[in-house]
Amino acid sequence: MLNRQGRPTTPGTSVTAAHLTFTGNKALAQIEPLIFEIGRLDVTGVDYAAPKPFISRLGGLERKNEIGLPGLSEPEAMRHYVRLSQKNYGIDTGLFPLGSCTMKHNPRVNEKIARMPGFGDVHPLQPVSTVQGALEVMHTLSHWLMELTGMDAVALSPKAGAHGELCGMMAIKAAIAAKGESATRNVVLVPDSAHGTNPATAALIHFVVKAVPVRDDGTVDPKVVAELAGPDTAAIMLTNPNTCGLFERDVVAIADAIHAAGGYFYADGANFNAIVGKTRPGDLGVDAMHINLHKTFSTPHGGGGPGAGPVVLSERLAPFAPVPFVRHTDEGFELAEDTAQATQHGAHAFGRMTAFHGQMGMYVRALAYMLSHGADGLRQASEDAVLNANYIRAGLADLMSLPFGNRPCMHEVLFDDAWLKDTGVTTLDFAKAMIDEGYHPMTVYFPLVVHGAMLIEPTESESRASLDLFIATLRDLAFSVQRGETERFTGAPYHAPVKRMDETRAARSPVLKYAPPAPIVEAAE
Amino acid sequence: MGETKYTKDHEYIRLEGDVVVVGISDYAQSQLGDVVFVELPKAGKKLAKGDEAAVVESVKAASEVYAPVSGEVWEVNAALEAQPGTINEDPEGAGWFLKLKVSDASELASLMSEADYKTYLASIH
Amino acid sequence: MRYLPLTQEDRSGMLAKIGVDHIDALFADIPADKLLSSLPKLPLHKGEIEVERVMGRMAARNVSASSVPFFVGAGAYKHHVPATVDHLIQRSEFLTSYTPYQPEIAQGTLQYLFEFQTQVAALTGMDVANASMYDGSTGCGEAVLMAHRVTKRTKAVLSGGLHPHYAGVVQTLSEMAQAEVVALAPDLLASEDLLSHIDETVSCVVVQTPDFFGNIRNLRAIADKCHAHGALLIAVFTEVMSLGLLTPPGEMGADIVVGEGQSIGNALNFGGPYVGLFATKSAYVRQMPGRLCGETMDAEGTRGYVLTLSTREQHIRRDKATSNICTNSGLCSLAFTIHMSLLGQTGLKRVAEINHANAVAMANLLAGVSGVSVLNTSFFNEFTVRVPGNAAHLVEQMAARGVMAGVPVSRLLPDAGLDDVLLVASTEVNTDEDRAAFVEALKEVL
Repeated sequence: MLNRQGRPTTPGTSVTAAHLTFTGNKALAQIEPLIFEIGRLDVTGVDYAAPKPFISRLGGLERKNEIGLPGLSEPEAMRHYVRLSQKNYGIDTGLFPLGSCTMKHNPRVNEKIARMPGFGDVHPLQPVSTVQGALEVMHTLSHWLMELTGMDAVALSPKAGAHGELCGMMAIKAAIAAKGESATRNVVLVPDSAHGTNPATAALIHFVVKAVPVRDDGTVDPKVVAELAGPDTAAIMLTNPNTCGLFERDVVAIADAIHAAGGYFYADGANFNAIVGKTRPGDLGVDAMHINLHKTFSTPHGGGGPGAGPVVLSERLAPFAPVPFVRHTDEGFELAEDTAQATQHGAHAFGRMTAFHGQMGMYVRALAYMLSHGADGLRQASEDAVLNANYIRAGLADLMSLPFGNRPCMHEVLFDDAWLKDTGVTTLDFAKAMIDEGYHPMTVYFPLVVHGAMLIEPTESESRASLDLFIATLRDLAFSVQRGETERFTGAPYHAPVKRMDETRAARSPVLKYAPPAPIVEAAE
Repeated sequence: MGETKYTKDHEYIRLEGDVVVVGISDYAQSQLGDVVFVELPKAGKKLAKGDEAAVVESVKAASEVYAPVSGEVWEVNAALEAQPGTINEDPEGAGWFLKLKVSDASELASLMSEADYKTYLASIH
Repeated sequence: MRYLPLTQEDRSGMLAKIGVDHIDALFADIPADKLLSSLPKLPLHKGEIEVERVMGRMAARNVSASSVPFFVGAGAYKHHVPATVDHLIQRSEFLTSYTPYQPEIAQGTLQYLFEFQTQVAALTGMDVANASMYDGSTGCGEAVLMAHRVTKRTKAVLSGGLHPHYAGVVQTLSEMAQAEVVALAPDLLASEDLLSHIDETVSCVVVQTPDFFGNIRNLRAIADKCHAHGALLIAVFTEVMSLGLLTPPGEMGADIVVGEGQSIGNALNFGGPYVGLFATKSAYVRQMPGRLCGETMDAEGTRGYVLTLSTREQHIRRDKATSNICTNSGLCSLAFTIHMSLLGQTGLKRVAEINHANAVAMANLLAGVSGVSVLNTSFFNEFTVRVPGNAAHLVEQMAARGVMAGVPVSRLLPDAGLDDVLLVASTEVNTDEDRAAFVEALKEVL
């Protein structure tokens, strides 16, 4: 019998422009309202039976008014957040060349290990005898960090890089106080190229910030430091490699100048990924350095956090490390949790940075990363990170301007906007055009010492093919600029879920939470 | 209307008797971008030349505005609270920040004339 | 090595393209005598199978909360988190994304932050909330500094009911920032005279409710006296679930509300990462630390979200910033908002009711044990009991019998003369069997 179910199996030849859809969706690109527009006040996506009647002991302070927050059933919640996720770019989406952020691959076994019940489901204040494995993780991680940095102690508790900076600077302030020099020794030297957290941290604890100009090659001149350093110098805060992607080749002379003046050397470890296994901050004269576990040691960036910022300390600063800290004795692991306990062990802890013990979830992930790479893998990772950045530099140096000349960089390469002069295209426009090409833009307008900065850090997680495509894309964009195709840039992005945002409006009339729309009132007849 | 003079920090003052009107120049507002907020001092505050008088914020930058001459804050432009964008639209007119009762008229002499300011702008480009 | 895509062939080809012979030519700026000639003294790389084995051995040495009757609180609480939450936060686009500085490709993050801020403001009864702090304790420290900026005074008064770790953070920060702290003595029975310490020299008063000892406090009188003297009331909580049942601090006159959000969406994680909640009045928004997400429109009029009011923050204001904060608690705030969206006000109220019911049941049982007395008049899901003898020793003995009985107050307050006081928490995870096991073990030990 003839089968009448035939239908066309090749695409038709007519190609017309896409029409506007009823929903506003474009196939998999879906518009997603707020939970307050979907959910209902009497709906909940969890099932709990009401407790049996009992006499409440809330002291008369029961809530009188509704909270005013709706709930979603599980299917609705699932869809809402899956759709939201589809509007985000992540490391798993593509190359994420954010200079100074080290967007390397986040290994998934780290997530599996962090969720082992013995790590994720353990309370910080359980008896210490029931959490020996957790303390062992902290102790082992400390050992790896000290070995990699050549330093004598670790303060594990800071919850983020900036928090680690605060910890390191507080240790320095405490050491200065212990010498009786608090009144006089209160100036902190910070290069112009420094990340904003550096001066913000120093100012927070009432240091006076003095700027150190960088020289023409983007580095700090030890002679300038020696001139600025004196009996009022508490510390210098130096990033090495620096925010221009260059190793401070005079770092030892800088350290010597600071130490000769009686000050301390704080190192911002944001760029540690360039030098792990190649050199040790402790050998360069560093007194304190925070390490961003979410940068160098692969713990996930999570859309903005959580981070972890343990601080390695030199012998002179080690006694001042804050509580809590782990101690290894013959009986096992112990925790020194208050300054009195610390003093019992000969320390002079300056205080406490946070409740409980720190970012255990991040320690577990970072340690798993370290164990996976080992000494050989960690060094190889740094070499590959530096190789990849220089490969990008070599591929773009003829088209884009390098403010400090075409010379080897470390794990990140810095371009400025000199090459965009008089083209009608700004650094921002160029970045937005990269979005259309499927890339998250590089870091832009940082560091502030060059104009229109573009800081590219590929990390070691990129294959050569990935880098080749990235270079070819940027070359295409650069040629497009030369050809005067400014609309490709000034109107970008064209293909992202939304166009450029009105940030002026957001700042002038801040709307920081949902407000239900005013009810529509029927006009009177 | 009195003469307008300028500082190297891109503030202007316009003399109106013994009170001067202070604001930021057109160049300054173009460098800042869309102004979103201004922090103005209280009337009656005494300022020395060079003291921080106000802070002007755009989306991406914050700039201190320094007192070009010494004096007492006579009046501030309260309208800027609701309409900070006026600074972008009309920086040297409706976008004025504050009026100072000048305490030392001799300080006015060291400020740049409009012609000198234009020359200065050309040199820093 | 499984995480490094480059092959040796790739490396040589790339070096040639760059124009150098050897990788160390790219490290030439490192002083030759500081360039390591051998590998660090650490083990070589391991395959996944061995990494799991090594880490698994360490994990196995810890007693997990789900494996025993569990009554430990004191600022972090064991709750049930729906499977949906942990599943969603592991989606690549959430897990491996960055701070949403390029809003066009970060609307997922920005929208959930906007929803999170809305939820936190509603729960606390305040006008505006930020996109989260590291945790409750650092948030508390930041709140005190914010109060100093707003009032232009530098003296903070801390209630004796404030979590000792939170007080420690405030003390450390204040000492370093040259601000004064008046810390009242540990206030076991919520009987302190806080009002007498409030005058025109005070910048802020910091009060926790439910407090460290579980007591629920009415903040109204404190708020009124603060305002009469130009000071700010900072209300703190460590158990956000309590806001499901209790009058929020915003309705009692608080100026800043700060606390720990871990109980919603986030596992115990041995103390971190957690998520700090921070909310305040509209008038103070420009002095608020941390990230803020705001609603706006794009070039075509489509509604969207961006980080805003950034000029408060370090990357712009540098040494004049409101704080040095760079990160928020990202993924933990996502976990919070997903869980809160599943709960809604109806679910949160129900879970909170169960928490309180379980705590009341536990308290009643313990009050019936000879020699043990429950000290609180009011509490939510945690209360203090006085036991015969040393509470810390008791907890060790109970642990040996497979019951996590709570936190001895002496662990956080070793010099307060409270060595016989135990903090017992009870959440929705506790069953009748758990309570029976506790009482049985307790009777054996006593």
